Amino acid sequence: MPQKSIRQALNEALAQEMRRDPTVIVIGEDVAGGAGSEGQRDAYGGVLGVTKGLIGEFGEARVIDTPITESAIMGAAAGAAVTGLRPVAELMFSDFLGVCFDQIFNQAAKFRYMFGGKAKTPLVIRTMIGAGRSAAAQHSQSPYHIFTSVPGLKCVVPSNAYDAKGLLIQAIRDDDPVIFCEHKLMYDLRAEVPDEPYTIPFGEANIVRDGDDVTVVALSRMVHYATTAAGELEKDGIEIDLIDPRTTSPLDEDTILESVERTGRLVIVDEATPRCSIATDVAALVADKAFGALKAPIRRVTAPHTPVPFAPDLEKLYIPSPEKIAAAVREIYGYGK
Amino acid sequence: MTEIIAITMPKWGLTMTEGKVLGWLKHEGAVVAANDELLEIETSKITNIMEAGEAGTVRRIVAPEGATLPIGGLLAVLAPAEIAEADIETFIASFVPPESAEAEADEGDAPALQEITVGDHRLRHLELGNGEGPPVVFIHGFGADLNTWMFNQPALAERHRTFALDLPGHGGSTKTLQDASTRMFTRDLDLFLGALGVNRVHIVGHSMGGAIALALADWQPERVASLTLIASAGLGSEINAVFIGGFVKMERRRDAQQALRLLVHDPDSVSRAMVEDVLRYKRLDGATAALNQIAAEWFPNGRQRESFQLAQMTIPVQIIWGREDQIIPVTHAEALQGRVPVHILDNAGHLPHMERAAEVNRLIAAFVAP
Repeated sequence: MPQKSIRQALNEALAQEMRRDPTVIVIGEDVAGGAGSEGQRDAYGGVLGVTKGLIGEFGEARVIDTPITESAIMGAAAGAAVTGLRPVAELMFSDFLGVCFDQIFNQAAKFRYMFGGKAKTPLVIRTMIGAGRSAAAQHSQSPYHIFTSVPGLKCVVPSNAYDAKGLLIQAIRDDDPVIFCEHKLMYDLRAEVPDEPYTIPFGEANIVRDGDDVTVVALSRMVHYATTAAGELEKDGIEIDLIDPRTTSPLDEDTILESVERTGRLVIVDEATPRCSIATDVAALVADKAFGALKAPIRRVTAPHTPVPFAPDLEKLYIPSPEKIAAAVREIYGYGK
Repeated sequence: MTEIIAITMPKWGLTMTEGKVLGWLKHEGAVVAANDELLEIETSKITNIMEAGEAGTVRRIVAPEGATLPIGGLLAVLAPAEIAEADIETFIASFVPPESAEAEADEGDAPALQEITVGDHRLRHLELGNGEGPPVVFIHGFGADLNTWMFNQPALAERHRTFALDLPGHGGSTKTLQDASTRMFTRDLDLFLGALGVNRVHIVGHSMGGAIALALADWQPERVASLTLIASAGLGSEINAVFIGGFVKMERRRDAQQALRLLVHDPDSVSRAMVEDVLRYKRLDGATAALNQIAAEWFPNGRQRESFQLAQMTIPVQIIWGREDQIIPVTHAEALQGRVPVHILDNAGHLPHMERAAEVNRLIAAFVAP
C-alpha cells in the first residue's frame, strides 16, 4: 500500500471530497497556494502545502482566498455551512482562535440548538497546533481542550496519516462543526494510506499497543513520544496499553475505562497546558467511573502552566518527553509494590 | 542426518516483518519427526503453528516464550543427539540470518500486488511462484480478501504458479457493483483468467469463493483442473445469518471483534491487528454497500440461494472443513463423504486454511500435484 505523509493524506482527502460533492469548498488565507514571483498561481500550495493543486482543479469559486481576517473567514464559513455548503475553513494557527471565537463558540456551535434542530452546520475548521519550532508563545499552543469544552463542536486530533485522511473525510461529511487539529511538526510523517476514500467514525479510539501493566492515553504528537517510551519500558518488562483517542469530542470513554479496569494504572500525556485540559478530563473520567480498579494514583504528563517559551532549550523542557513519560509509567508501575 | 538445522522465524504473508513466540509445543531434548508441531507463533494477523521441516532432536530453544524476532531470526536448533554441545554453541554463536531472509523482510523486495481491469471492475491480485501445469488460483470468501491465503499461497508457490485475487466489492478491487449475482463473479473470474492468458487452473475456494469456483466449473468445466473447496458455500442451504448480518453492519472494533471470533475455533487467536485490517476494509467508501448487495443476493432470508450437485461434475473435487465451523455447518461436508475426498479437521472453525495451515497446504499440494 502506498506510503503518504499527513500533508499528502489531507490533500487527497480534500480533493476526493471536492470531486464527490460539489458543495464542498475551501476557504482561508493563502489556500489558493500563493502567487510566485512570476505571478503564477499555486506556487506554494498554501502555507502548509495542504491545499496544493485545489485551485487548479476546482477554481476560484470553490477555493476562496481571503484577506488576513480570521473573524471574516469563520463568519463566512459558518454562514455558508448553515445555508447549504460544506466549507473547510483554514484557521492557520490555532492560536488565532482568539480573534474569531465568537463565530465558532456562539454562532457555529449553537445554530443547530438555537434553530430547534432545523439547521445543520457542516463546517470543518482545519487548524495547526503544537510547540517545537521556536514559533514562540502566540504560534505554538495546543488549545484543543478549549474546543472540546464547547457543546456543539466536535474536535479531532489525529496522530498519523491513515487516521488524518479518514477523519478529515468523516469531518467533511459530518453535519456538525468539527475542529480538525493538525500538529505542525507532523506534516511529513508517513504511513500506509489507501488511495480510495474512507471514513473513520468519531469517538472510537485507536489502540496503538497492547499491554497489561499501565494504560497510557496520548494525543497527536504525544502518541509517538509514548511509543518511544513504550520501547524503553518494554526492555524492563513493563508493557503499556497505549490508547490514542483520535477525537476528544466525542471521546471514546469505553476504550479508556476498559483498559484501566484491566491495568489499574493510568498515565495521560498531553502537550497542552495542564489546567482544565484533556489530561484533567480523562483523569476525572477514570476517577469517576473506574475508581475501584485503580491500584495507583493517576499521573498526568503535560506542559507546565505557562506560555510556550521561545528559547529552544526551554521549549524542549516545556514539551513532555519520552523520558518524562517513561518515568511517570515507572513510578506508578512500582507504586505499592 | 548429521547436520545442525536452524529453525528460523518464517515469513507468512506479504506484510509480516516479525513474529512473536507464543509458546513451545516441544521441549529441549524432544525428538521430532517432520511435520511435528514445534511452536505457536503470533503474527500481526493470527496465531499459527510452525511445524518441523525435518526430523531431529530439539537441542536448543534460542527464542523463549514472549520473544519477538524478525523474519529469519533463530528460534531453535535441531540436530541429532550425537552432535556435541560445543558444536551447538558454536552454531548459535555464529548464526547469521541468510541475506534472502533479510531482503524478504524488507518491504521493497516484497512481491507486488497488481491490478487488472476487466469490464468496469478493477481487480487486485497477487501472483507468486512458477511451475509446470495449470496454475493454482485462490478465491477468498465473503468480506475477506487475498490476505486470507497468507499461510497458503507462499507454500503452494514453491512448486506452482499461483494467483490470489480480491473479488469485486472486496479488498483493493472495485467496490461499486451493478450486480452481485453468481454470474457476475464467474464472468469476472473468466475475464480475469483470460486477461492473464491462463486457460486451465486448479481452484482453491473458501466459503463464498468455493461457490464461485463451483459455478465456474459448472459453466466452463474445461477451465477447471481441480477444485479444493474449503468450508464452502454452495453445498447446502444453512449459513450463520447472525454472522453475515453482523459483518455487514459492523463499524467499530467491538462489533468486529465479536463477529470475527465466530470465524475461528479458538476466539483468542483473533488479534487486534486482524480486527483492524477488517475495519480498514469496511471503512472504504462502497465496501459496506457492496457487502449488503452481495448478502442480499447470495444469502436471502438467512439461507444460501445457490446449491450445486457434485454428482454431475467430472472434475476432481476435494472438500476441507473445520469440525467447529460456526458459519457453515460441517454436516455439509459429512453429507459428501464417500463420494469425494472429504477432510474434516479438528481444532478448526471456518478458517481451516489459517487455523490448520500446514495440514491444509499438504492436502492442496497433494491434490494439485501433476
